[in-house]
Amino acid sequence: MAFLEKNIAPELGLVADGADHQLLALSGDWTVSTIGDAEKELAELEIGKDRLTCIDVSKIEHLDTSGAWLIHKTRGQLEFGGRRVALAGVSPVRQTLFDEIEKHHPPRWKPERNPFTIIGFLETTGRQVVDAGKDGLAMLHILGSLGMVLATVIKYPKRLRSISIAVQFDRSCIGAVPIVALMSFLIGGIISQQGGFYLKQFGADIYVVDLAGILVLREIGVILTAIMVAGRSGSAFTAELGAMRMQEEVDALHVIGLSVTEVLVLPRILALMIALPILTFFADMAALFGSGLIVWIYLDIPPAAFLTQLQAAITLETLTVGLVKAPFMALIIGLIACVEGLKVEGSSESLGRHTTMSVVKAIFLVIVVDGIFAVFFAAIGV
Amino acid sequence: MSLAEPEDIAKTAIQTGEDSENVLSVRGVTVGFGSKIILENLDLDVRRGEVLGFVGGSGTGKSVLMRAILGLTPKRTGFISVFGYDMSTATQIERRAIERRWGVLFQQGALFSSLTVKQNIQVPMREHLKLSPQLMDELATLKIELVGLPQDSADKLPSELSGGMVKRASLARALALDPDLVFLDEPTSGLDPIGAAAFDSLIANLSSTLGLTVYMVTHDLDSLHSICDRVAVLGKKRVLAIGTLDDMMKNDDSWIKSYFKGERALRRV
Repeated sequence: MAFLEKNIAPELGLVADGADHQLLALSGDWTVSTIGDAEKELAELEIGKDRLTCIDVSKIEHLDTSGAWLIHKTRGQLEFGGRRVALAGVSPVRQTLFDEIEKHHPPRWKPERNPFTIIGFLETTGRQVVDAGKDGLAMLHILGSLGMVLATVIKYPKRLRSISIAVQFDRSCIGAVPIVALMSFLIGGIISQQGGFYLKQFGADIYVVDLAGILVLREIGVILTAIMVAGRSGSAFTAELGAMRMQEEVDALHVIGLSVTEVLVLPRILALMIALPILTFFADMAALFGSGLIVWIYLDIPPAAFLTQLQAAITLETLTVGLVKAPFMALIIGLIACVEGLKVEGSSESLGRHTTMSVVKAIFLVIVVDGIFAVFFAAIGV
Repeated sequence: MSLAEPEDIAKTAIQTGEDSENVLSVRGVTVGFGSKIILENLDLDVRRGEVLGFVGGSGTGKSVLMRAILGLTPKRTGFISVFGYDMSTATQIERRAIERRWGVLFQQGALFSSLTVKQNIQVPMREHLKLSPQLMDELATLKIELVGLPQDSADKLPSELSGGMVKRASLARALALDPDLVFLDEPTSGLDPIGAAAFDSLIANLSSTLGLTVYMVTHDLDSLHSICDRVAVLGKKRVLAIGTLDDMMKNDDSWIKSYFKGERALRRV
């Protein structure tokens, strides 16, 4: 066997022995390792117009299916050019190989090309619009079935999967506390430091406490936490549900008679809706702590003064405005994550694409919803 | 990285004393997970050009042995040589050359899920060879037909294939580089009897025409009878017996007796 030995380069020699007859003698190795070269040599070979051609394969050292295919193909091309072609020197073992190859008729080869066309572009755009519509429908579908499951759960509280909710809560809330707190601590500090430098020029540095307090409690705390949770838990939900779809686990749930919404979606979304306000609260506190520390260090405002100014600047309302947004954002993150997860098809590429989409859509919608809330709160005068 | 000069590799082959008889030798191999020993002091030889059937009860470590040979599961002690190369001391270049000359059919197919069947088959070709796109497409279609898949499955994704078709597509990928040694993990399980028979005859055909050595984990008694030159039985953490089917019939071990002379085995005779 030719293992790890030097491959013998494929060679071909063309002999025209007059009288309308030519002999194409092949030698060397005609295996998958060498047919790249053999193909080039064949292409360069100028085969005469003699009508009878004989391909002598007896001197070939090693032959495998790839080599046999190339010989068979050459033979076919020569015959197509109006020659009569015979194979010579085929041993019985190789004959079986050629017989096997002869059974196959690959389709005419077309190079794969995707030229850019206006029609193609319009088609893609149209498809994307339809897909976006379907996405919306799918979200409404899940929301509707979530409502139904919730109604069932309220009627039969035993069907609420409390253990499952607790597990999800542990993953998406308790696990996230350190990173969310650290991030908010830094953001609170950064806001105070940046704001402090500008306000100091006007001698209004004490108002940095108002700035940080209101900004953090109303907007930054909840948005940053939601973005972190979308990246952390949203992607995890999508990947989990997606992998379950790939392994037909979702189908298994269906045939066992369990509702996917009840078993998989509801615990995740409920857990997230409980988790996000709590995380937001922690984030708010961490940010205020960071802010207090920075104004102490940079602006020489001692903690006592910070707290007094904070008490004057914010009310309980400021805190609740931020916290009240959290469950809605959690709902959006959870819904998008579950919809994208359930859209995953068989391939790993699809899993990756939907996980990306889940995070991107969730973060985008979190910001959109925050904008809507801002307009809403302005309208009701909060 | 590119392959070194083939001469260098040939030289090493002489130094390590490539055994012309055995394609694969396993000596004293122990594999375990944690405190659980799966295989202990196991010896096995696979001869060039033979079809070796590997049987054993569920959970005796057939797949673990195959994975250990392929280098996917670490072994604790022992020596595995493939084509005369000790796999644990082989250089990167030698390993690459060895990996190019073997093909593996995993139990679940293990097709790349984001590539079509044709692209799956072309992965080893692209990775190891320089071939024109036309030739690669033709060879891929050839392999697809060779394993008995319809031509239109070439552009399908693995998720669109039935279980049996996944097996065949996976075999086509294993055969992409016309390997000298193929590992098949339960190739006929999940196939209908007609498909399984066709699979068997395909393996037998390839083995006789290309001198293919086949290492086949199987529970299919028909495969064992029709195409296997030798049968090895795994049990009690080692190879219990290895030999022709007739040898197995004469063996006194209770598990081997019940396997080869059990109700199902006798019914088919």
